[in-house]
Amino acid sequence: MELILDGFITALKLIFSLDREVLEVTLLSLRISCSATLASLFLGIPFGVFLALAAFPGRRFVISLVNTGMGLPPVVVGLFVTIFLWRNGPMGFLEILYTPLAMVLAQTVIATPIVTGITIASIQNLPSNLKLQVRALGATRLQTVWILVRESRLPLLAAVMAGFGGVISEVGASIMVGGNIKGQTRVLTTATVMETGKGNFDVAIALSLILLSLAFGVNYLLTVIQQRERPR
Amino acid sequence: MSTVMPILQVEALKIRRGGVQVIDLPRFSVATEQKVAVIGPNGAGKSSFLLGLACLIARDGGRISFNGSEVTKRDENAYRRQIAMVFQEPLLFDTTVLDNVAEGLRIRGTKRSEARELGMESLELFKIGHLAGRSAHKLSGGEAQRVSLARAFAVKPKLILMDEPFSSLDLPTRIVLAEDLGRILHESGTAAIIATHDRIEALRVVDRLVVMDKGTIVQEGSPAEVMENPVNSFVAAFRRTTVHTTK
Repeated sequence: MELILDGFITALKLIFSLDREVLEVTLLSLRISCSATLASLFLGIPFGVFLALAAFPGRRFVISLVNTGMGLPPVVVGLFVTIFLWRNGPMGFLEILYTPLAMVLAQTVIATPIVTGITIASIQNLPSNLKLQVRALGATRLQTVWILVRESRLPLLAAVMAGFGGVISEVGASIMVGGNIKGQTRVLTTATVMETGKGNFDVAIALSLILLSLAFGVNYLLTVIQQRERPR
Repeated sequence: MSTVMPILQVEALKIRRGGVQVIDLPRFSVATEQKVAVIGPNGAGKSSFLLGLACLIARDGGRISFNGSEVTKRDENAYRRQIAMVFQEPLLFDTTVLDNVAEGLRIRGTKRSEARELGMESLELFKIGHLAGRSAHKLSGGEAQRVSLARAFAVKPKLILMDEPFSSLDLPTRIVLAEDLGRILHESGTAAIIATHDRIEALRVVDRLVVMDKGTIVQEGSPAEVMENPVNSFVAAFRRTTVHTTK
């Protein structure tokens, strides 16, 4: 019990003294996870809209794959991204393994199926005749897609939350493709694992508190936007 | 008053849905400013007919001409921008009432300020200008359907297609709305096709009745002609309910 209490006290000291290393790790975590979430939105929303609206053979199979991808184990993603980026791998020429970019790539792979899956569900949950109504108003295909996405904006905020939540908290892929290099690829989750391994529970608790606060802060912000928009 | 010039002409229209032939119509036309009600039992093909006329579902064959020009695949969107369609559900967007009504104009590239001005005019036409700033998802059924109609009229369509627009409303609301719609249709000179089960819509608004069954027209004429010579039990039942509720 004392261990936990001491840990919390040291953690609060580290946080409020704006410890340089803790700050660096926090900012890098935010940078990587926000970039990955943004990339997954750019990929996942159009793909989700396409899968929700298009009719083609094998569509159900592809949607099943996306749904399976929503629960992709980060270590599996980490393994395959590492193989792809390995010196002799198919994308080894990029020489980005053990860099923040590789971590963004791995986290994008984790978040994209989440965003895609929620987008499909959001679009499919719209009233069945809404698409026809939009077309009846004279909308082109592109305008129709835009209006349907706009109508799904509240559930799509859930996609942002789920995507960000999925990547800010993952550790397996980040440690595998980033390598937890101090000052370069060390993020909150990988640092927490390392500090716990070394028995530095106070630092680990501090990092965990920051991680929780970040996840809560971002989700709170998005929830406020979502609830303000929702008709009461 | 209707004139001879047809605004819409349909020849040999065939539509299949789910592998079943739902529309097989040799000929159909609507004159400029004419108001037509399409009545018929459930499953007669009324909704498919309207969706087919709006080119919102694929047709297996046939020809649709609007204002004397054939509507080809390439022209479908341009054609839809000259007509409007109102569905059974209001299908309003998750925004304000005014933005909903202005949406069709915005789609056509009208500037936001002008679209809102014209949208406001359309709201006033349906006596709901006071709702302009309200969230469209907070309206009553009657208000929402008025907004849906105002949205359709805002684009000043030459032809408006309505698929049982009042079916989800209570009787007093239906009567008032049907009267307003009839007045607006006649004042604006807009041609209309209304698919309906409802004698109020059919008889207060239109000057021609078309009876549809199994995807084709089985009787047509003025409301009085059709009511006097019912072609099937559906029309007979329709007439009976009409007699009891004559204006």
